[in-house]
This record gives sequence, C-alpha cells and structure tokens, in this order.
Amino acid sequence: MSDMKELLRQLGELDDQLVSCMRCGTCQAVCPMYAQTGRESDVARGKIALLEGLAYQLVKDPAGVQDKLSRCLLCGSCAANCPTGVRVVDIFIKARAILVTYMGLPTVKKIIFRGMLTKPGLFNGLMSLASKFQGLFTSPANDVIGTSCSRMLAPIIGERHFRLLAKTPLHSDFPSLDTPAGKSGLKVAFFPGCMVDKMYTGVGTASLKVFAHHGVGVFLPADQACCGIPALASGDMESYFTLVRENLAAFKGGNYDALVTPCASCTATIKDVWPMLADRMSPAEQEAIKVMADKTMDINAFLVDRLGLTPPAPAAGATVVTMHDPCHLKKALGVSVQPRTLVAMNSHYALKEMAGADVCCGCGGSFTLTHPEMSAKIGQQKRENIKNSGAQVVATGCPACMMQISDMLSRNGDSISVKHPIELYAESL
Amino acid sequence: MNDALKKEFEALVGKDNVMESESDRFSYAYDAAVLEPVMPSLVVRPASREALGRVVKLANDNGLPLCVRGSGTNLSGGTIPKLGGLVVLTNALDKILEINEADLYAIVEPGVITAKFAAEVAARGLFYPPDPGSQAVSTMGGNVAENAGGLRGLKYGVTKDYVMGVDFFDVDGEIVKSGSRTVKCVTGLNLHGLMVGSEGTLGVFEKITLKLVPPPLAQKAMMAIFDDINKASETVAAIIAAKIVPATLEFMDNFTIRTVEDFAHAGLPVDAAALLLIEVDGHPGQVADEAEKVEAICKKMGALRIQVAKDAAERNKVWEARRAALSALARVSPTTVLEDATVPRSKIPAMMHALGDIASKYKLTIGTFGHAGDGNLHPTILTDRRNKEEWKRVEDAIDDIFDVALGLGGTLSGEHGIGIAKSKYMEKETSKATILFSRRLKKALDPKGILNPGKIIGE
Repeated sequence: MSDMKELLRQLGELDDQLVSCMRCGTCQAVCPMYAQTGRESDVARGKIALLEGLAYQLVKDPAGVQDKLSRCLLCGSCAANCPTGVRVVDIFIKARAILVTYMGLPTVKKIIFRGMLTKPGLFNGLMSLASKFQGLFTSPANDVIGTSCSRMLAPIIGERHFRLLAKTPLHSDFPSLDTPAGKSGLKVAFFPGCMVDKMYTGVGTASLKVFAHHGVGVFLPADQACCGIPALASGDMESYFTLVRENLAAFKGGNYDALVTPCASCTATIKDVWPMLADRMSPAEQEAIKVMADKTMDINAFLVDRLGLTPPAPAAGATVVTMHDPCHLKKALGVSVQPRTLVAMNSHYALKEMAGADVCCGCGGSFTLTHPEMSAKIGQQKRENIKNSGAQVVATGCPACMMQISDMLSRNGDSISVKHPIELYAESL
Repeated sequence: MNDALKKEFEALVGKDNVMESESDRFSYAYDAAVLEPVMPSLVVRPASREALGRVVKLANDNGLPLCVRGSGTNLSGGTIPKLGGLVVLTNALDKILEINEADLYAIVEPGVITAKFAAEVAARGLFYPPDPGSQAVSTMGGNVAENAGGLRGLKYGVTKDYVMGVDFFDVDGEIVKSGSRTVKCVTGLNLHGLMVGSEGTLGVFEKITLKLVPPPLAQKAMMAIFDDINKASETVAAIIAAKIVPATLEFMDNFTIRTVEDFAHAGLPVDAAALLLIEVDGHPGQVADEAEKVEAICKKMGALRIQVAKDAAERNKVWEARRAALSALARVSPTTVLEDATVPRSKIPAMMHALGDIASKYKLTIGTFGHAGDGNLHPTILTDRRNKEEWKRVEDAIDDIFDVALGLGGTLSGEHGIGIAKSKYMEKETSKATILFSRRLKKALDPKGILNPGKIIGE
C-alpha cells in the first residue's frame, strides 16, 4: 500500500499525542543518540516535529522521515524525562508501523519476521540446527565473558564478539512445566524470552532453581513465541499481532499469580506495549491481554516485592559487582532497586556503582544490527564506565544488554564477566 | 542551495557536518516558541572556532542569511531561520577553555551546556548563578545572546551581570575582542555589553569570559500561604522594603497550585489563593536572621501559614513544587503559551488583577507563576493552537497583556527575548527613533543583513 491519503489519515490519528510536545528540547539532555551526534533529527523533539511536518504535508519525503525514525534505540530516556509526559516510545512504535505500511517491509525483514519468527516450531528448529554447526565458522574470543567472533560471518555481523547459541535450548531441557505452589503459596507463569531460551540458558535454569528454592510453583507452557518487540520495532505490525496471539494461546488456561520474565524488554513489552496496541484486537483478546499484562513482572521485582527477599546485611564480599540499569527496567518499569537487592543476597559480592549506570548500553534490539557503528560508539562509553568502576562482574537484568555489554568488553579484551542478577543470587543457593 | 556553494561549506566544516536533506533541514525550522516552522536551505555544524569564522565569512560573501543555533530552546523564535537561509550549529563547540579559581572567571566556547558549566564550576567550589529554566540543555552562547534570567535573578542578577568579555566574529569572519579577565576594564567600546541580548543580530560569538562568585554557605527556604493574591503581592514589596533581598522569591496562583498538586502530589494547599516560595542565602548567621525577619513580615502581611523547610529534603520539596509548575500546566492542554511580560515589582498586584480580567474577557485559562521578586511573572495560557477561533482569542489576550504591562511601566520581555514573536510590539515600548537607531547600527555592522535578519527590530 503506498497511498499518501491513507498515510496522512493514519498520522492524523497520532495528532493528539504529537501536539503534546511543546518543543522545549529537554530530551536533548538525556538522549544517547543525540549525545553522539548533536543532531536535532536524532532526538525525540526532532522526530516528533518531523512526524507532525509529514502529517501536515510540510515535509514531503516519508522515506527521509522513516530513516530518521530508525535512528532511535527506543530506550525511553526522553519519555522518562519529558516535562509534559509525551508518550514518545508509543508514538515512535506506532509511527514506524504506519511508515512501514506505506513504504513496505524490506524483504530480509519479511523473511525473518513473517517466515521464521512467527513460526516458533520452525524458528526453534533453525536455531537448533545453527547451534550444531556454529563451531565450524566461529572462534573463541574471550573466556571470561564467553564470547566468540567470526571472520566468515563478518559481512553479516561485523566485528562483533558474541555469545554462541546454547548447545541445547532451554525448551529442550524443559519442554513444559506445571508445578503447584509450594511453601511460598505463589505460582508464576514463566516467560523466558527468546534470548534466554536460546542463548543465555543459564539465566533460565537459575530462575527455575530460585523458584524451586522458594517453593514457587511454575507454569511453563510449550509453544511460547517471541514477545513481538523485534517485529514491532521494525514496524511489522502484522507479525507482532501473530506473535501476541500465539502467546495468548500458549498461556491460555494457565492458573498463576504473576507472569515472570528475566528479560527487561519482554517484561516492558507485555506490560506496556501489548495493552497500548490492544484496541486493534478483538474484545476477547483485549481482555486476555489485560489479565496477562496486569500480572506481568520482572523477575527481580517479583522476588523482592512479592517474595519479600531482604539481604541479611549490606554485602561486603570479595568480588566487586557493578550494575547496569536496562532502559526497559528502570525507565519503562521503574525497577532499579530490586536487582541490587538480589545481588546483595549473595554475600560473596560487593556492589560498586558505575558512573551513568542508567545510561543506555546502545543495543536497542535490532538497532545494533541496523546501526552498528552508532551502537558501538554508545556501547564503548558504557564499557569505559564499567571498566572505571573496577568491578570484576557487571550485572544487568536484560539479555539484550548482556549481549551488547559482552560484545563491548570482549572487543576491548577486558576480563569482566557479564551476569544476570538472578544468576548471582542463584549461585548462593 | 546551489551545489557549488554547498561544496564550499563542506570544504570548510567537513561533509559529515553539512546537512541538506529535507528531514534534516526541517528539524531546524523551529524552536521552543509557538510559531510556524521556516525551512532553511542548509545546516552546518562547525567543529572548530576557526571553521565557525570561515562559515560566517562564506555566508556573508554570498549574502546568505544565517541563524546561529545552540540547543534551540528559544521562546521568542530567535532561532527560527530565514526561509532558505543557513542554520549554523554551535553545539560541537562545547569546550570549557578555562576555569580560573584565583581570578574568579571562566572562558567557554559558545556551545557549552549551561548546567554542565555550572556543575563544573561548582566542583571547583565556585558558583555561576544564572539558572534559566532550560539550563539542562541551553547553551552559554544562547544564554548570552538572549541575556537569559532564571530564579536567582532578584539577588544575583541575570546573564549580563556575569559577562566579562565576548570575542566574536564580524560578518567578514574577523575576530573582534571586547572585555577582559579583570574586574575592571575600560579599554575600548563596551562591545561585549552590546553583544549581550543581541539575539545573534550583530556578531557570532567565538568565546565568552564569565564572572564566577563564591557560593553562599547556607540557605533557608520557606513557603508562605495566602488567602488573597493582593496580600501575597504586598508581602513581596514589604520584604524588599525591609532591605532584605532573598535569593529567590517565587509566586504561584491558585490555578497553578491546584494543577501542580494534581500532578506532583507535593502536599500544596489547594485552597490557597496564592503561595510565595522564598529562599534566603548567605552566611549562616545572616540567613537565620533574615529568615526570621521574612517570616515575621509574612505573618504581619496576613499569611495564613508559613512552612519553613527544616532540612535539605524539605527544602528540595519546596523547589520541586516550583520546578513542576510549567510541566504541570503544560499537561493540561495541547498548547502552552508561556509569556514573560515584566512589571516593576510594586505593580504586581495590579498586573495580577489585570491578568484575571484578561482571562475572563477572552474566556481563556491562564495559570500564573513566576519570579515575583523581580516582577517577572509567567502568565501561562493553556490552549490548543489547532482551534483557530480560540487561537485568535489567545493572540488578542497576548496583545492586552503587553498593553497592561507597558501601561504599568513594565517591559515586553523579562528574559525570553523579542525574537520574531514580539518584534511588532517593540515600538510600543520604545520609540520609532529607537528602532531606526538600532537598524542603522545593524546596517553599519552587517551591511548585507545576513545576521539573524528579522529578529528584534524587524527588517
């Protein structure tokens, strides 16, 4: 569909949200992209002005606006600091979809989202095949961090240092679970998310270990799909709705007190984004989304706020840990104390804050693939802050941040391991 | 922009620092003023002061109008370019060149962010007082070009009181030097004084020398609650009459109080007709003494209640409420028009009365807060610029506000600048001769009229 009228009509629907930006420019103080480039079109105010310009036909080039919109990590730093509370991330997600409807989805993304990601069986099969052969074209890069690099894949992945896919994904070891609540009296639905399922399986097993230790029942249904954020960030609304529906089906009939994920991005997506876009789905689906979203919690927040974990004493262990606040935890959900509490539960560690702990790591999901140089520049700053803290471990509650930070540290040859807070806590049990 | 000229700019500042696409240019077509966007033909971002000078010369050689832009937070359209003109960004020139603790001055490039500068100065145990509302993002060059104010204006003055010198480029890209690192300097014409508040119409700043002061050793903040706006306004006059100059003396009307409370739940008294937020600072002994006197004056003038902040946390709460004022008001409706007509402080009761009349005459919602101590109120009109009929009433109301302010012996703008938003009212406050004099001055310095044309004095 490349109908200008329809594009204008859809942008018109965003008008009430766009108009709430008063152009004060406060977002310039916190935007990680703007800090690198100093360009107005990289900051929220500029992008909102461009969308308004397009809607009122003052700007005639939708492709140019789409390109600017793609230069955003969706980290939400601007929204969290906006004096007038403009829902910047909501606007950008919707606008990306509107522009993709007008411009069309690139073929590569079509193949990835519509051909693979939305078909969990096929996606799992392909990933498991890849995990068997990845050793042939990669070589180890950093033992402490557990990263590899690949000359053969350089045209696709660049200079990245990455973690190999797990030999067996979490869903092979735990195809499904349905255990009753134990001594805690609570039962959770567990949503590991794609990266924990396929790459950071240790985070998944640590989570299950902690649930078992505290007598928390677990409902882990088979056939879980991606939460949808990668498709949505690329403006592929169709794939997003397919993924949400697959997840609604997978969790249907589950009886649980909270839906818990160890992935900040999955949590923020289910809790905030699903309800935001629910009005485009059926009334029954809207109701199911509301129930799921209301129950969704980050795993750190669940353990501290619901189970009431409190550290026995201020941690003063031998190993120094520094914390990175994922944007989707702190800025989107207001969760920043709980991961620190979880680390303090393990007396082997001592916490030392880095400068700018809540500044974006530069991953931004697929942003790191579409804008690798910018992503690495922002990531390098994060690496400097981690390094300067003197910590031996950096902990963060989002697998996407873990991947980006691992890449940055590994490329610099640093011996600092990257962990999820749940892993550090599980070690103590 | 023709290709040859574009290439010349690329040669001066580097290809990566030249922006020409429609979407790039449109993102420099506006600033924080509620005005229509105007498209430039090219945007350049010089990465060195030398390159900045060469850009000015090339623009002048080609008669290309240029608009210098820091962070684009201007509230009077001063950074909205001329149609087809050039936008010159200063935000790559962001080095603090020197902070001199022995001689109490600093030298900065124009693109240094105000809050970062103030923090760096504070880290050396010194104080740069001007604190405009946009300080988290505004640039020092912009602050000087607009003579920015802030909450501390009453006691500490505004940007102009801290500018010791400005080196700037004339239209030929030559450096003109004015001022000094010394407290006293009568060498040459006071050209840096001319540059302050010139809104980019007379020269392009290369570097700025700023005065620093020792920070106050103690502060005390309090909130005085009134059931009558007049009593609050009269209290302001009484405090000053008692020879006490608080660091800040801020006012909020009932509408603003209620809106802030809805938004921030700061525990404000929603029934109060007006609030005064007062802070005295200085030597601990003086602070205790003045705080006591201010409290007594507030009581005598009929304050219902006075809450004195007992510690840093309580003090912070008082100022959080004030800082939330604009955000809270701005959330009420799509468009927020923040005015800054200013009157002598003794005329604040009359001004408040007139604002109430204007709001009912034009059936508009106006929340008023601001710097009562220096007569610089911010009547804030809450509207929707998409509603043409209402927008007409807003424009008429603004005309009335200016008439009233001028009638009371006040001024069009306390701290936001004239830009293009208020240039049409200039003659009302000054005189025809003032405008002609200013235009002749500009013509002599900028014969081709390339420096931010149309601002302050029209064309």
